[in-house]
Amino acid sequence: MDFNFSEEQSMLRDTVASFLRDRYDFDTRRAITRSEAGWRPDYWKAFAEELGILAAPFAEEHGGLGGGPIENMIVMEEFGKHLVVEPYLGTVVIGGGFLKHSGAPIAGEVIGRIIGGEAVLAFAYAEPTGRYNLADLSTTAKKDGEGWVVNGHKAVVVGGPWATHLIVTARTSGGQRDRQGVSVFLVEKNTPGVTTRDYPTVDGARASEVAFENVRVGPEALLGPADQGLPLVEQVVDEAIAALCAEAVGCMRKLHEGTLDYARQRKQFGVPIATFQVLQHRMVDMFMNLEQSVSMTYMATLKLDEPAEERAKAASAAKVQIGKAARFVGQSAIQIHGGMGMTDELAIGHYFKRTTIIEQAFGGVDHHLRRYEMLTLPQAA
Amino acid sequence: MNLDFSPEDAAFREEVRRFIADNYPASLRGKQDEGEELAKEDYLSWHRVLAKKGWVAPAWPTEYGGPGWTSTQRYIWSEELARADAIPILPFGINMVGPVIYTFGTPEQKQRFLPPTLSGDIWWCQGYSEPGAGSDLASLKTKAERIQGDDGKEYYLVNGQKTWTTLAQHADWIFCLVRTNPTAKIQEGISFLLIDMKSPGITVRPIITLGGEHEVNEVWLENVKVPVENRIFEENKGWTCAKFLLAHERSGIAGVARSKRGIERIKSIATVESEDGRPLIQDPFFARKVAELEIDLTALEFTELRVLASESAGRGPGPESSLLKIKGTEIQQRITELVLEAAGHYGAPYFRGFPTDGHNMFPIGPDYAHRAAPTYFNGRKTSIYGGSNEIQRNIIAKMVLGL
Repeated sequence: MDFNFSEEQSMLRDTVASFLRDRYDFDTRRAITRSEAGWRPDYWKAFAEELGILAAPFAEEHGGLGGGPIENMIVMEEFGKHLVVEPYLGTVVIGGGFLKHSGAPIAGEVIGRIIGGEAVLAFAYAEPTGRYNLADLSTTAKKDGEGWVVNGHKAVVVGGPWATHLIVTARTSGGQRDRQGVSVFLVEKNTPGVTTRDYPTVDGARASEVAFENVRVGPEALLGPADQGLPLVEQVVDEAIAALCAEAVGCMRKLHEGTLDYARQRKQFGVPIATFQVLQHRMVDMFMNLEQSVSMTYMATLKLDEPAEERAKAASAAKVQIGKAARFVGQSAIQIHGGMGMTDELAIGHYFKRTTIIEQAFGGVDHHLRRYEMLTLPQAA
Repeated sequence: MNLDFSPEDAAFREEVRRFIADNYPASLRGKQDEGEELAKEDYLSWHRVLAKKGWVAPAWPTEYGGPGWTSTQRYIWSEELARADAIPILPFGINMVGPVIYTFGTPEQKQRFLPPTLSGDIWWCQGYSEPGAGSDLASLKTKAERIQGDDGKEYYLVNGQKTWTTLAQHADWIFCLVRTNPTAKIQEGISFLLIDMKSPGITVRPIITLGGEHEVNEVWLENVKVPVENRIFEENKGWTCAKFLLAHERSGIAGVARSKRGIERIKSIATVESEDGRPLIQDPFFARKVAELEIDLTALEFTELRVLASESAGRGPGPESSLLKIKGTEIQQRITELVLEAAGHYGAPYFRGFPTDGHNMFPIGPDYAHRAAPTYFNGRKTSIYGGSNEIQRNIIAKMVLGL
C-alpha cells in the first residue's frame, strides 16, 4: 500500500497548477464563460502542446504518457480548483476511456487526435426521460448493411457545442431498460442527420440537446461489442465518477479555504466571525467532509482497475460521500459568507454552482446508495 | 499510489491469523460468547501471550520492545485481531503512558517501567480527569508539593481527586497530571507523575455506569508520597506529555477494523430478524442506514490509511487524529444503535446479575440481543472520553485551521 504520488505525478500536478495560476484566474474564467464560444480553444491547444496533459492517461503505444486514473485525478483536482470549463472529462476521461477499453480498430487514430488537441469528445448518454439509468435508452441504432442507422434524442450533452465527436449510447436490441442490447458508437458531430441545440449550463459550461435523425455511420463507429456494451459504459462512467470526485475535491478545497479567509477578515460585534465557536465547528465539519472526500476519491481511483463489482461499489461509495460533502461544504460556504455569498461577484458562489451540478452528475446520493445496496446487501427475491 | 499488499504482507497476514487462531485463550472466547464481564486475569491472559511473542506493542520502536512492523503490517494486525473478535489490548500502558515514557523519560525510567508495561506486570490507569476538570483538563486541581522525606529524599505530596479512572480497581500504577505550580498560567504549572497504586493514601471507589458496568472509578489521593524520580520530563512541563499522549490515544481510537466487524454483525442479525415477513435487512429504511454507515466507515478507513502513511513518512500523529476520533466514535455509536434497533423486543431484558438457572424452556431472546442495550448505553462514552468530540473540533479549529 502506498499513498504517495510518484515524482512524475507530482510534476504533472505542478505543471497544471502553475499554468492555471498564471492563465486561469477567476476574472479570466468569467470572461471565458461569458464569451460567445464559452471556452478557449487556444488553451486546449496549450494543454495538448505546451503541457502535454491530454496525453497523460494514454498508453505509450498510442503516443500517450503511460499514465492512468491517478493522472486523471490529479488533472481534475487542479481543474476543480480553477473551475476550468474545457472538456478534459468528456474528451480524455470519458471519450479516451471508451476508446482505450473498447480496443476498437479506430481507437488508436482517434486517441492520437485527442492527444494532439484536434479531437474533442462529448458523452451523449442521457435522455430526456431516462434519468441516471445507463440502460434506459430510447435512442436506437439499427443494423444497415455493414453500418448502423441511429435515431433518437440525447439530453444535456456537456461540452456538446465544442465537440468534434460524440460518444453515443443506443439500443441495438431488447426492451427499453434491458441490460442486454446496449451498444456504444463514436459519431462525428458533422455527420448528416445530427442536429444540436446549444445552451449554457448553470455552472458555466455549455451543453447541447442532440437529435439523431437517420444518422448513418459505418461499422468502425461501433466501440466495443454490439448489444453487450453496458459493462463498458459502466466501467467508463465509474472512471468519470472518480474523476468528478477529484474535481469536486478541488472545488471544495477552494470553498473551504475561501470561507476560512473570509471568516478571518469579516468582523461583526467588533471581532472576526472566525472567533465564534458555532462557526468554527461548522468550518471543522467542512474540513472533515473535505478530508473524507479526498480519502474516498483516492479509494475509488485506486480501485478502478479492480473487478467490476468491486470497482462499482467503490465508485458509488465515493459518489455518495462526495455528494453529501459537496452539498454540506457548498451550502456552509455560502452561509458563512452571508450576503456576500449570494453575489455573483465572488468566486465562492461559482464553486458552489459547480459542486451542485457534480452532486447530481451520473446520479446523486440516493441513486448511488441504491446501487451500493444492490451490490452489498442481500436483496429480496 | 496503490492499494496492493505485497507477497510479504500476505504472508504476514497468514502468519498472524494462524498465531491468533492457535494462541487465543479458549477460556476468554467462552466468556466473550456469553457476554460475561471480563476479570483482570482474562485481560492479562491474552496480553501475556502477545508479550511473550513480542507483539503486544506494535507501534513501539524496536529498541523498547516493539516488533518493528511497517504501518501496513500494523494495519493488517489490527484487522486480524478484529476479525478474530479478540479482546483489545488495554491501551493505558501500551498506547498511552508507554510512548510518553520512551519519548520523555530518563534512561532509568525507561529501564524501570517499559519492560513490566510490556509484560503486563504493571497494569496502568490514567489519572487525568477530575470532578472539576473534564473538557477543560488543564484546570485540574490535584496538587503536588515538594517535601523532604524522613529518609532525606525528595518527594511530592499529592492531594486531590481523579475521576472516570477506567479499570483503576485492577491497576498497579496510575499516571497522573498534577499541579506543581499553583501560580503559573494554568497549562504551565502541571507535572506528569507515575504513582504506585499501593501507596498509602490512595482510595478507589467504583462508579457504576448506564450499562450496569463497574468500569470507571473515583481515585482519591490523600497525602500520597511520590518520589521525585517518578516524575516524567521536567517539572511544570507535564502538559507537553499530556498533549502528546492525547494525540497517541486518539490515533488508535478510530477502531476501523472493529467497526467493520460490527457492521458484519448488524447484517447477520438483520438477516435473522424479520419484519413484515421479510428479513430486516431488506427493509429499505434499515438497509439505507447500514449502507450509509458502511460508506462512512470506508471514508474513515482510507483517511486513517492516509494518516498512517504520513506517520510512516516520519510525521507523528498530529491534530488530524482528532478527525479520526470524531468520525470513529460516531460510527461506533451508530453501530450500537443499529444493533439495538435490530434486536427489537429483546433489547429490553436486563441480564447482568441475573441468575443462570439453566432454564432452557423459555430462553429470553437471541444471544445477540442480550448485550445490545448495555452496549449502546456504554457506547455513549466514546464521544465524551479522550477529549469530547466538541473539544476535538476546537483542536482542529485551532491547530489545523488556525482559527
